[in-house]
Order: sequence, then structure tokens, then C-alpha cells
Amino acid sequence: MATVRLEISPTPAHVRTARLVAAAVARRSGIDEVLLDEIRLAVGEACSRAVGLHRMHSPQTLVHVELTDGPRFTVVVTDAVPRDLAPTELGLTGAMPDPVALVAASAAGTGSAEDAEIAEDSIAAGVGLALLAGLVDDLDVVSAPHGVGTAVRMSWPLTPPAAPVRGAVRPFL
Amino acid sequence: MELSLSTRAEGDRTIVEVGGEIDVYTAPTLREQLIDLVSQGHQHIVVDMERVEFLDSTGLGVLVGGLKRVRAQDGSLRLVCTQERILKIFRITGLEKVFPIHATVAEAVSAEG
Repeated sequence: MATVRLEISPTPAHVRTARLVAAAVARRSGIDEVLLDEIRLAVGEACSRAVGLHRMHSPQTLVHVELTDGPRFTVVVTDAVPRDLAPTELGLTGAMPDPVALVAASAAGTGSAEDAEIAEDSIAAGVGLALLAGLVDDLDVVSAPHGVGTAVRMSWPLTPPAAPVRGAVRPFL
Repeated sequence: MELSLSTRAEGDRTIVEVGGEIDVYTAPTLREQLIDLVSQGHQHIVVDMERVEFLDSTGLGVLVGGLKRVRAQDGSLRLVCTQERILKIFRITGLEKVFPIHATVAEAVSAEG
């Protein structure tokens, strides 16, 4: 059962709310401090993706965030957007747009403000899940267990690996 | 922490000092600032990120948009950052290949182009 469960309206301000709550719960669960930055960024990216989708397709419904503190610190961010949209629309390709190509395109192109806005959106949409994949070792993107939508599940270890005992003979694995 | 922005001129370079969190909530403010600067003719911009505490993909998008805007005016956009947690994000996304990243403002200001 989830330790903390949040439902946020799809607004950018509450992406920050979710991030703050996740960091607070993670810290309380005794997670290694070095993982906190990664958790804040990963939860922010997963919530940004869900909030962006809800704003386009389902503005009246809430984004679900579940935080569980054992045996691993686990975060599940679930949107309620039907999965019959294309994977690119759902932000599920996980493919990083090539930043060099993206910037070079404007040098050859018109360099208009519209061009710059397209680049901004491509980075924000394309990088989100790819950044998650690059950050989080344990990441699953699956159909939401109940009803429509997609669940992004991430987890981190709660206890650091035990230090080798001084003088102990370690089996060769 | 909220986003803080301040700008100053050093020669023909405009330094934008950014502090706090650049995220999906605050990135539009940074975008407006960069658009204003470019429209006022400041085409060589240095974004000092040493006091940035958080950066997400929306923030990265705004920086890429800014780069495209200055390049369209034959300008430049350089970053100043030595924070490992921020540099890691540029590495994972490959954007380190796109932005010149400097260790100090002085180094960024004296860089060519």
C-alpha cells in the first residue's frame, strides 16, 4: 500500500508540489542523500509529462502520484489519458531528439521565433522520458492498472550496499 | 525556491544571472527574459547558472530556444556552470554538444564569437 498518495490538478505549479512531497517522503524514508536530486528531477519529469498530457486531452481529471517507502522507495505517476493516441503524442517514445540537429536546423532555416518555439517544445516533450531513462535505473512505463492511462513507475534502493567487512574473504563471483 | 533573474552588461556581452529553480512553472519567465533581450538587440548572451538549484527538461527547452534566437541574429549564447548535478543533465541529454559551457563568467565573456 502506498505510504503517501497525491492527486494533483494538471497545473505546472503542482508539478513542483509533487516534487517537494516526493523529496520529503524520500528523505523521511532514509534514502541516501545523494539520490535526492535524482528523485526530485525524475518525479518532476514524470509529472510534467502527465500534466502536459492532461492539459491537452483531459484537463478536468487529476494526475495520481503514489509514493511507497519499502522495500524500495517507489514512485508511480499515473495519467488518465487514453492510450489510443500515438506513442509520440503520449510522450512514450523515449527517443531523445538530436540536439545538434535541432539547433543546426535553425541556422539553415529562417531562424524565426516560431522555429525557436518548436525547438523548445521538442526538447521539453522529447527529453522528458529520455532524461528519466538516463537517470533512473529502475524505470517501467506500463498501462495504468485500473482503467485508461499510463503509469510511470520508478524506484530507488533504500539501503546503501553494505561495505565489505575489513579482512573478510569475499567469494569470487 | 523561486526563480531569480538579473542582467548586466560586460562589454558587448549581456550576463543573465539565474538563481533558484528553472522548471515547468518558472521556465516561461526565463523564456520572456531571453526573448526581451534578443528583441532589444542583445545578441551575445551569457547565462550564469551557478546559483541554479534545479533544472528540468522545460528549462533545457527554453535555453535551446534562446540559443536559436541569438543564432538567428548571428549572436551567441554561452552557459556558466560548474555544478555537477546540472552538468549531468546536459550530458545525459547530449546538450553539452550544443552549448559552450564555461567555468567562470570571465572565461565566457572573453570567449570568441
